[in-house]
Amino acid sequence: MKKLSQNSHLVTIKGTRDGLVFIMDDQCEYVDLISELTEKLGASFEKFVDDSIVSVSVKMGNRTLTEQQRYEIAVIIGRRSNLLLKSIEVAPTAGDERIEQLLGDNVMIHRGTVRSGQVLQHEGNLLFLGDINPGGTVIVTGDLYVMGALRGLAHAGSAGNEQAVIAASHMFPTQLRIAGVISRPPDEWVKADVYMEFAYLDDGQMKIDKLSNLFKRKQSL
Amino acid sequence: MGQAIVVTSGKGGVGKTTTSANLGTALALLGHKVCMVDTDIGLRNLDVVMGLENRIVYDLVDVIEGRCRLEQALIKDKRFESLYLLPAAQTKDKDDVKPEQVKEIIGRIKQLFDFAIIDCPAGIEQGFRNAISGADRAIVVTTPEKSAVRDADRVIGKLHSEQIEEPKLVVNRIRPNMLKTGDMLSIDDICSVLQIDVIGIIPDDDYVIKASNNGEPIVINPQSKAALAYRNIARRILGDPVPLMSLEEKPGFVERIKKFFKLG
Ligand SMILES: Nc1ncnc2c1ncn2[C@@H]1O[C@H](COP(=O)(O)OP(=O)(O)O)[C@@H](O)[C@H]1O
Ligand SMILES: [Mg+2]
Repeated sequence: MKKLSQNSHLVTIKGTRDGLVFIMDDQCEYVDLISELTEKLGASFEKFVDDSIVSVSVKMGNRTLTEQQRYEIAVIIGRRSNLLLKSIEVAPTAGDERIEQLLGDNVMIHRGTVRSGQVLQHEGNLLFLGDINPGGTVIVTGDLYVMGALRGLAHAGSAGNEQAVIAASHMFPTQLRIAGVISRPPDEWVKADVYMEFAYLDDGQMKIDKLSNLFKRKQSL
Repeated sequence: MGQAIVVTSGKGGVGKTTTSANLGTALALLGHKVCMVDTDIGLRNLDVVMGLENRIVYDLVDVIEGRCRLEQALIKDKRFESLYLLPAAQTKDKDDVKPEQVKEIIGRIKQLFDFAIIDCPAGIEQGFRNAISGADRAIVVTTPEKSAVRDADRVIGKLHSEQIEEPKLVVNRIRPNMLKTGDMLSIDDICSVLQIDVIGIIPDDDYVIKASNNGEPIVINPQSKAALAYRNIARRILGDPVPLMSLEEKPGFVERIKKFFKLG
């Protein structure tokens, strides 16, 4: 069944100004598509990109995906830590928005480590699974949720949204920015208890609170 | 076919050259055929640390530019039969060679040796790209200082986009008494940021400086703790699961008294 080789064309990768577009064949078997995707993102993929973070849009053409399949594709792409999956477009009839709706306001998921000197940018809300190291930067136009240690620079609401928040399971940033407000963590931020925390703007002043209060705050807006 | 291991760090002065020299020597001591390659063009010093400076006739750039054959540029170590050095050029510049050229030479060395140990220059520019171009594995050296860890992190990010195995970490110049007082980043602190496996912890050791001034790799000195640490790294490279050594110093006299009276 597997008739895969270097020159199969089930997955076409195109570079655009906004990152990479993966155009997926919509006639072949799903499993063949997946194995070619895995292969294309394997060892030889290094040739295409350096270590800067590149966003990826996946176009499935006339194919629909189950949530499981959607997740599988996201995981394969997420394995390359410098790829940021922006969207998976499927046939218009599919109920593809469900996962994102589950997470509320369209949250994109990205996993990996943002290391010193690397910049991760995203338009919209981002759920980041991993660490942002000192010297690393994450910039999003929406909210930023970090399941991991935030030790670098984080900028939420970068296009000017003052309602944006930054949440992290370990909040030790070098600097936080929300919209145009810049804040360095004062010493009193470093608390012994390791509650997940979030930063927000209150009358243009940056404040930190326990995560449990985030939902209260978001609802009151 | 041998394998090529690049020793890199980002920051200068953290112990790349010391690690290259001692790892190379330790692997040769264990019976392997090793060629150390100095890619720090313009600032070579692996030859000095190995005490081989006065034997240099040709260098890496001479080989690349076809002024001599590879075999003519290889310097045999004075102590070990199976240890060789390919020195860097001193009068040239890092931009005078290209990554593909270094890669080609490393490929040829891998045909002749079990290991090529590549000493990388500081920085992340052309010299770094030259050094990593032919490597199969990488060792990242850091010291327990924030700035060194930051640069190591940068280099690990750079290595991720290459066809190189997940790099291994060497933490150099650990001072056990400072660890105890909490005045130094701990191994755990460093690992929680860098998130790669530790392949060795080298204590800060005056013998290292003495040895390098005498052109003798420390690893042949049985009195040195750093020597043991380097030998262990060589064994781990070969796949031997040697546990990381404990850096606990024997408690000093005062501490022993304190312990006796349970004051500590
Ligand atoms: N474990 C150690 N204990 C004491 N001195 C060390 C140790 N490792 C390195 N040094 C010293 O630090 C200096 C820089 O080391 P070197 O290996 O030349 O660094 P690099 O090649 O990264 O620039 C040298 O003088 C060396 O002798
Ligand atoms: Mg050096």
